[in-house]
Amino acid sequence: MAILIDEHTRVVVQGITGRIGRFHTEEMIDYGTTVVAGVTPGKGGEQALGRPVFNTMKDAVAETGANASIVFVPPPFAADSIMEAADAGIRFCVCITDGIPMQDMMRVKRYMRRYRAHQRMTLTGPNCAGTISPGQSLVGIMPGHIYLPGRVGVIGRSGTLGYEAASQMKALGIGVSTSVGIGGDPVNGSSFRDHLELFETDPDTDAVVMVGEIGGPQEAEGADYVRDHMTKPVIAYIAGLSAPKGRKMGHAGAIVSSIGESAQEKTKILAAAGITVAADPSCIGETVARVLGEHARS
Amino acid sequence: MDIHEYQAKEILARFGVPIPVGGLAYNPEQASYRCTEIGGSAWVVKAQIHAGGRGAAGGVKVCHSDRDVQDVANDMFGRRLVTKQTGPRGKLIYRVYVEEATDIARELYFCIMLDRRIERVCIITSAEGGMDIEELAATKPETLVRTTIEPAVGFLEFQAREIAFALGLEPAMLAEASRIFRRAYRAFRDLDATMLEINPLAVTTKGSIVALDAKMSFDDNALFRHLDISELRDRSQEDARESHAADRGLAYVGLDGDIGCMINGAGLAMATMDMIKVAGGEPANFLDIGGGASPERVLKAFRAVLHDTKVKAMLINIFAGINRCDWVAEGIVAAFKELDVKIPVVVRLAGTHVDLGHQILRDSGLPIITADSLAEAAHKAVAVVGTVSV
Repeated sequence: MAILIDEHTRVVVQGITGRIGRFHTEEMIDYGTTVVAGVTPGKGGEQALGRPVFNTMKDAVAETGANASIVFVPPPFAADSIMEAADAGIRFCVCITDGIPMQDMMRVKRYMRRYRAHQRMTLTGPNCAGTISPGQSLVGIMPGHIYLPGRVGVIGRSGTLGYEAASQMKALGIGVSTSVGIGGDPVNGSSFRDHLELFETDPDTDAVVMVGEIGGPQEAEGADYVRDHMTKPVIAYIAGLSAPKGRKMGHAGAIVSSIGESAQEKTKILAAAGITVAADPSCIGETVARVLGEHARS
Repeated sequence: MDIHEYQAKEILARFGVPIPVGGLAYNPEQASYRCTEIGGSAWVVKAQIHAGGRGAAGGVKVCHSDRDVQDVANDMFGRRLVTKQTGPRGKLIYRVYVEEATDIARELYFCIMLDRRIERVCIITSAEGGMDIEELAATKPETLVRTTIEPAVGFLEFQAREIAFALGLEPAMLAEASRIFRRAYRAFRDLDATMLEINPLAVTTKGSIVALDAKMSFDDNALFRHLDISELRDRSQEDARESHAADRGLAYVGLDGDIGCMINGAGLAMATMDMIKVAGGEPANFLDIGGGASPERVLKAFRAVLHDTKVKAMLINIFAGINRCDWVAEGIVAAFKELDVKIPVVVRLAGTHVDLGHQILRDSGLPIITADSLAEAAHKAVAVVGTVSV
């Protein structure tokens, strides 16, 4: 077991016939992900990488039994594609697309509330690197080989900083149960808190690493959950100690606009909740190793 | 994207929010001519820059003759106005807005923005207008009234009435006030704004409501469906280095240090800057070259970093997933050939095609300092800056 995706996950690629969609679909298939179909409106009946292409998500789900999707659709149409996936009964959706208008994402969040909690699709992203359960399934764009299968969960906003964390862990022989990218946008499908909850109940996860950054309240919300509900140890790093206030640092959501959103403040909030915060980005792996060691002894 | 006050007011007026009569001027003569056009006996001359805090910085002046307006405008044009929001360099004034003076009975605060906690739009108002929101939140937080908008139904009439009552408006003004609030919201929603601030929203001595100042920002990701808004972009108000880089697909933020940075991915870029600080140095910039970067894009990124003359050393940190280390290495080699790089360059490559990348750097024979980890790269960059500055 892992969270969100495992070897039974059946993936449909939304935007499979585009250049980027096709490239990453090939990578996912190489990794061993069960990609069952693609959807591109108007190209139904064609084949892409040996998979059937459908006009609608409903058709794809009905014909192939897909339960997860990944969105490579351009920003103007991506929100619509996410809602189409939710309506077709997809349970887990990764949106890779960067640049979706904020109001479109607010509409997506409102739309998903029409489903009861147990029927609601889990959305990660937009503007994320995807999710991987090493050795089982990769629904995303990350290089699979840097993740060792194991028992530590990872939740992060940034793609490449997540790679850095995973490779530091791998170098120390620490493996990952599932690594979830939640993306760098101000309004996103799911938060640190949502996935901390899943990792807490996952029997195959022993500890969780949170890789956060400046801007927004989600790291602090995650810290509240850790303090009040988590029994498993949590390790964190918050990027952006040197980011000036009010400036957008690459990610649309990485901007310090109110109290509690700077890296210094978030680091304090996390530490106060009992989370072990890595002193700098080069020692994320070591910090995980130390915490795992202490936990095993106690 | 930010726009000027006069542009925000034009937009608000288009949506039916009352604004004072006014006109734009590009030179002092035009400014004085606006007085005749507007009429009356008192005018306000307002420097048009993309930043708040203009009043306290001398960017808003009340005048009582057209001669006076001309002199005040003459002082403003071509100056860089430094306010507490502009940073030390200030922003260039090359447009002023001349407006009829308004007899103010009360000043209110009105702002629409995204509340990231609940992922909905909220409206923040206060009966104590005039001061900025940080000051209000710090000194009079009890006056702030917060209203959340449900995206499914929008801004409701009863919510607008609640705001009007909370602001202590006379019952006779209720209908007008709630109309104005809802029209402002419509402008925000229809145009994909991320922020709309009217401060002050004034109640005049005659009992009408008028937007005395207006500030709007728009969602860059939604500009594709608002071409008329994207035409309002004013490059003179942006950091030249940043807009130059942005036009080339690079996310760049200029800072004050001396170690130039080139990294892929926003999170890793911030983390690398943090690491430089931990190692005892100061980053000169944030720069994300993005995914799938070609050698050409790496070359452009080099140009962007080296354009900053403060830069004494460069740190390149690439963890390639969808990127390719060999392409990045080719870009680095090309940059040395084309740009006459005189400063030390520290390169850390990891991920896709890393061996190929290292091979290319080695074969080039260039004096590139390589590092295997993030920490090593940062320490080496800080060390070489130390030797350069001695």
